[in-house]
Amino acid sequence: MAESKLLRAYGDREGDGMIQMSFTLEILPSDRAREAGKRFAEAHGLKDPLIATMEQCAKEHTYFVAYGRSPHTVNLADIHVEELAAQPLTREEIEATAKKLGRKIVVVGACTGSDAHTVGIDAILNYKGFAGEKGLESFKSFDAHNLGAQVENHELIARARALGADAILVSQVITQRNCHKENSAALIELMVKEGLRDQFIVLLGGPRIDHQLAVDLGFDAGFGPGTKPLTVASYLVERLVGRT
Amino acid sequence: MANVPMDPAIVAACRGFAADIADDVQHFIDRHTTVGVERTVARAYGVVGADAEGTPLANKLVDRLHEKQLTGRGVAYFLGRGLALGAASVQEAAEALAYGGEIDDAGGVTPAAARAALEPGTAEAIARIDRARVDREAFKAQHTVGQTPLKYVIVATGNIYDDALQAKAARFAGADIIAVIRATAQSLLDYVPEGPTTEGYGGTFATQANFKIIRDACDEASRETGQYCAQTNYSSGLCMSEIAWMAAVERLDMLLNDAMYGILFRDINMQRTFVDQYFSRRIIARSGITINTGEDNYLTTADAVEKAHTVLASQFVNEAFALRAGLKQEQMGLGHAFEINPWLEDSFLLEIAQAQLVRQIFDRHPIKWMPPTKFKTGDVFHSHVHDAMFNLVGVATNQSIELLGMFSEAIHTPLLMDRYLSLKSARYIFGTARHLGDEIQWKPDGIVETRAREVLQSAHQQLEEVKRDTIWDAIGRGAFGDVKRTRTGGKGYKGVVPRHPDYVNPILDVLEKG
Repeated sequence: MAESKLLRAYGDREGDGMIQMSFTLEILPSDRAREAGKRFAEAHGLKDPLIATMEQCAKEHTYFVAYGRSPHTVNLADIHVEELAAQPLTREEIEATAKKLGRKIVVVGACTGSDAHTVGIDAILNYKGFAGEKGLESFKSFDAHNLGAQVENHELIARARALGADAILVSQVITQRNCHKENSAALIELMVKEGLRDQFIVLLGGPRIDHQLAVDLGFDAGFGPGTKPLTVASYLVERLVGRT
Repeated sequence: MANVPMDPAIVAACRGFAADIADDVQHFIDRHTTVGVERTVARAYGVVGADAEGTPLANKLVDRLHEKQLTGRGVAYFLGRGLALGAASVQEAAEALAYGGEIDDAGGVTPAAARAALEPGTAEAIARIDRARVDREAFKAQHTVGQTPLKYVIVATGNIYDDALQAKAARFAGADIIAVIRATAQSLLDYVPEGPTTEGYGGTFATQANFKIIRDACDEASRETGQYCAQTNYSSGLCMSEIAWMAAVERLDMLLNDAMYGILFRDINMQRTFVDQYFSRRIIARSGITINTGEDNYLTTADAVEKAHTVLASQFVNEAFALRAGLKQEQMGLGHAFEINPWLEDSFLLEIAQAQLVRQIFDRHPIKWMPPTKFKTGDVFHSHVHDAMFNLVGVATNQSIELLGMFSEAIHTPLLMDRYLSLKSARYIFGTARHLGDEIQWKPDGIVETRAREVLQSAHQQLEEVKRDTIWDAIGRGAFGDVKRTRTGGKGYKGVVPRHPDYVNPILDVLEKG
């Protein structure tokens, strides 16, 4: 049992629990509306809420900003989350480690289903990369194939098999009504059905993805917003070669 | 004015290269048609409805002709022939062709006779979009119109009735233009769904019924606020020209419409796209609709510092294609974007150089300025600051149309209050810096001037290369957006056919006469 550590929101002074929230209610600004905003904040557990802003934002709606003290605490000892290695390898370490494999690591990636937003998969796979880090295409030890947008699950699997891929990368940007989860789950289901799940490392990425969610959906790992190519490359090298 | 150096000789040379590039493609366009074009013609003649499975009659009709390899004669020929042989209406002729027995491909009626039988229908089709234009312009004239940059916001709930509510709220909060984002997969559908829709991922389906619902909401918002609320949607994807037709009929003000976007970003076949964009733009030209082109997208897949000139080069190309389709420069909302890595030192100066350069080169065009998206994270507070810098460039360089950034970009489609805060911020910055551009001058040979010169020079060089290689091959080697496509690859290629020597398309004939 890990040692108990209680976390509380920190604003100005230790333990003050200060947080901010903003919301819209269907009422026009008035003293009564201010009270409604206050009670709404209180209903969320805020102590002594201050309605800092109350402005009409549509014909019948008002936008509120509230500050208040949250009495809630979170005990770290109760939290068990699947976590990826915190520190990715450097580019040199990745290339050196991957050499031991004696061949290139083949990676196939796509935005699947109706998702047309390739910004995530491009950032990880394309030579250009993201925020100064070049993508997997730029590594000597990787053979990266970016299939682009709106790729169907069965098509992705077929390409991965044809290329003899080690890993499949799925990017899901659109999240309306949880379509990212349904779509991703469908891929895993299809792979399991065809008896192919164990042949590939399958990774999921996107702005609303975290490692835990990806694992819950049946993926090997998940990568959230701001993930850079090195993090993904490190993960793959370590899975295929082991940490050295 | 905060003008940047712009060598008119280089600009003229760019336009010359772009003209040659477009002429080469236009030669191809004038000899081909597509299933999308023919469906549009059918709709223009009043072919409406869908079967129990939702397949539109226009599709059923053209698919049957296509199976028999008759698309190249033009659907109009067969509709006119039906009339000449006794059908009571175009609709009846269409139904007989779509659901009836074997289509007689022997002819039987001369192209001239088919054309003559359609004459009243052709006149009515053109009159229909002309009336819509007159109605839209008359209604607009009764209202005040916002100052530039016009504030453009998106709604994208997936449910057209929620969209209507959000659209009205946006006008109330100061928006000038409402775009209903399309459901993400729609660009690859080879038909336009029917009726009002309430389910869609990433947006709402573009249907004629949905256009009408949003038009009514925008008109209502215009009346309530006294200021005009413009409507826009997407004339792109495999149904580019059909949607242009529907938008023309339903009085839309603008359309996202680009000569190359579908090729690059939706992997739609380039032959298909070039032919479709031409016909869509002929309709758009006649309807007085403003197009918005999609060059901003190049900077989401390619680097915004290194590849800035590809945006400018593409704007020249889009302009050349649009001119060949009869559009006036005043209808061309050429797109560009604020997508440079915000943590790069002096990125603000690079952004302002490009924005000002585009403003000066395309001085009669209602250019469209797009917000940062690529470097947006879930940090809404920082995102709001990032958008503020974008707004400052927008007003200082007097962009015509500005799609406002949303602080919740990269998280979800905008909530009511997200849009409100975005509009409030734009209102503040556009006001507080209204005449900033008139007051400043750039340091001679400083960062801004140097950048503007470089971008124009590089665009010139790229256009020269594209002209040398032809655009077909240039796209093949990733000249735009770093995306590579082939001449026969991509979706919709099977729907492209050469025109028969007796090709009949009286609608296009009228549109081409202007």
